[in-house]
Amino acid sequence: MRFISRFRKHRFATPVLLLVALSSIGFTFSVATAATVNSKSQAETSALIAEGQKLFLAGCSSCHGLNAEGGGLAPSLIGVGAASVDFQVGTGRMPMADMSQQAMRKKPVYNEEQVAALAAYVASLAPGPAAISNEELTWERDGNIAEGGELFRTNCAMCHNFAGQGGALTQGKYAPTLMGVEPKHIYEAMITGPQSMPVFSDKTITPEEKLSIIKWIKAAEQEKNLGGATLGRVGPVTEGLLAWTFGLGLLIGIAVWLTSKAR
Amino acid sequence: MTARERIAANVANYVDERTGAAKWLKKNLNKVFPDHWSFMLGEVALYSFIILLLSGTFLTFWFDPSMREVEYEGSYLPLKDVKMSAAYASTLHISFDVRGGLLMRQIHHWAALIFMAAIVVHLLRVFFTGAFRKPREFNWIIGVGLLTLGIVEGFLGYSLPDDLLSGTGIRIAEAIIQAIPVVGTYLAFFVFGGPFPGEVFIPRIYIVHVLLLPGIFLALITVHLMLVWYQKHTQYPGPGRTEKNVVGYRLMPVYMAKAGGFFFIVFGITAFLGAVASINPIWLYGPYTPGQISAGSQPDWYMGWLDGLVRMAPPIETHAFGYTISWNILIPGLIIPGIIFTAMALYPFIESWMTGDKKEHHLLERPRNNPNRTAIGAMSLTFMLVSLINGGNDLIATHFHLSINQIMWGTRIGILLLPPLAFVITKRICLSLQRADRESVLHGKETGRLMMLPHGEFVEVHEPLTAEQKWTLTQHEQQGPLQIEAEDARGVRNPKSIRAKLQNRMSKAATETIAKPTAEQVKELESGHH
Repeated sequence: MRFISRFRKHRFATPVLLLVALSSIGFTFSVATAATVNSKSQAETSALIAEGQKLFLAGCSSCHGLNAEGGGLAPSLIGVGAASVDFQVGTGRMPMADMSQQAMRKKPVYNEEQVAALAAYVASLAPGPAAISNEELTWERDGNIAEGGELFRTNCAMCHNFAGQGGALTQGKYAPTLMGVEPKHIYEAMITGPQSMPVFSDKTITPEEKLSIIKWIKAAEQEKNLGGATLGRVGPVTEGLLAWTFGLGLLIGIAVWLTSKAR
Repeated sequence: MTARERIAANVANYVDERTGAAKWLKKNLNKVFPDHWSFMLGEVALYSFIILLLSGTFLTFWFDPSMREVEYEGSYLPLKDVKMSAAYASTLHISFDVRGGLLMRQIHHWAALIFMAAIVVHLLRVFFTGAFRKPREFNWIIGVGLLTLGIVEGFLGYSLPDDLLSGTGIRIAEAIIQAIPVVGTYLAFFVFGGPFPGEVFIPRIYIVHVLLLPGIFLALITVHLMLVWYQKHTQYPGPGRTEKNVVGYRLMPVYMAKAGGFFFIVFGITAFLGAVASINPIWLYGPYTPGQISAGSQPDWYMGWLDGLVRMAPPIETHAFGYTISWNILIPGLIIPGIIFTAMALYPFIESWMTGDKKEHHLLERPRNNPNRTAIGAMSLTFMLVSLINGGNDLIATHFHLSINQIMWGTRIGILLLPPLAFVITKRICLSLQRADRESVLHGKETGRLMMLPHGEFVEVHEPLTAEQKWTLTQHEQQGPLQIEAEDARGVRNPKSIRAKLQNRMSKAATETIAKPTAEQVKELESGHH
């Protein structure tokens, strides 16, 4: 100790001590925070990104560009986030089958791991909304059906119809049916606004309200046909069709039978 | 006389001595009606009306026609604690918490759709067979009135539950009222008791729907039927049927049984639909608030053509003297329907002016024998169908993967092009059918059997018609065009000459026919037929 105390009054003592103190704090902090990041997952992530880039170059780059910068055919994907990829590719909308008015929901081309890889690659380009998993969405516990219904009628029904059956938009575009859609895809659609749909940010509709909307859609999907055959839940057009064909058609048939001459 | 017969006779005698009913009944129960399926279409409308009265009365027991705001506490959970009008809440109560309530609601609504459809097909039968001609013009006008009131009554009826869909319809009705130049705004304020939606329209349309209009309906239907009774029913032409008789069955027992049975069939089919097919699921629509709307909001079918016209109207507005005239609402919402219903009501008089036919008619005309009228009917129907299709353009777009804009432009062009085309084609078809009739009267029916004559010639064997068939095909009168001179006998120009020219032209078009074979021609061919 005497060795140390000899330098106590050395002119470099204060700067050295300061350096030692700062370094130790910095080291302690880095150790403490680095505890959650393990080096193995970092390697995994970069492998996932590499895998995603490979898939991207093979399947998406012809329209979206080699660096996802977009082009004449398709928009840039820089900053759209993993949520967008999970929705578009996970519902089979991307890759598009043809250049029609809008991408249709169909059987997904990529499996779940491939979708995750693509999402990781696109998310690595620039920050954007993260993908959601069905487990994160606690709509069954935290959602409120009645509130969800009100929110749905105010924000969604104008395009998706009162019962989520979908509806027409201009020039051949359409709002698709919401029946049979995974909760995470509903959620991702709300936060990313795919195609003609607007973005419903967490300020417009809070995450809890989004869960309520999902709960209402799921309730509508599972609702028993209370009044008999639903006729598609599209309003009076199919009702009129049935009244004319079955109702009046049958009555006219019976009138013909009642007035036919006995042979 | 058995004991039972004696008791029946005594009862009948007792009633007759006090009411004098026997003479009246004897006369009327023996009244004869002609038999044809197309004469039962009006009956469908009448029976549907009775079903509407019965099921509607049931619904009034629980319906609360009030716009007071309540929180829903009934058994339909997706709407629990939602704020809504008492009208909507009580309709939910009828649907889910009243025994048989939903069934009755659905029967009421299906009956309304069938009621209107039956009125339309009944009207088409009357039109295409010329049953509206003298002396039945007034009954035709009453019928047109019933059709118009039926549209209004149906619209008010489905507006009562105050759900999101019906509120949207009421909003459009308000827009149409507002589109009336100058007084529109004031009228809308008068109807809604202030700015939309206000708190009065549900109680107001309720009393119109359950009291005023049904009362008018009952009165008009009574007069409609009394006129049929008094003027006697028309009949299709055929052997033994003349302008002076009615060939058919007596009211008692044949028509009593047929009509009574048919009522239960109509009720049964309506109840079946009510039991198996959902109609107007208001719980899915949600309560009405002006800030909400659903994609694909449609009216019931009998309003659909109006909606289609409004949907296809180009966005034209004029601004003058500080007022806005919305032609895009005014023309399809008020002017065109006004023209259509006025022309329809006046058609018997228009036709008699065109043809100069002032005679009484109790024998119906086959549609082909009046090509001009049939063509006018086909033209009007085409107009209505094109409008109706555009009323459902959004559903057609989504279900057949079409562009809604293409459908709108298709119907915009179609509504100008297709009705005249339907007129021309129908008229040609009618004239060709007349030629076919003439051929079969003169030469008989083609049998498809070939016969070789002794000298080697092949001929097809024609089977001559029976006398009855010939009579049916040739009994109708054929009237030539009017000859109204533009100048009178002394060469003085008739001041009404433009009118005369127009009437000449119209009558030429209205009476265009293929000459039916004369008796001489038939005889000549019969005597020397190969």
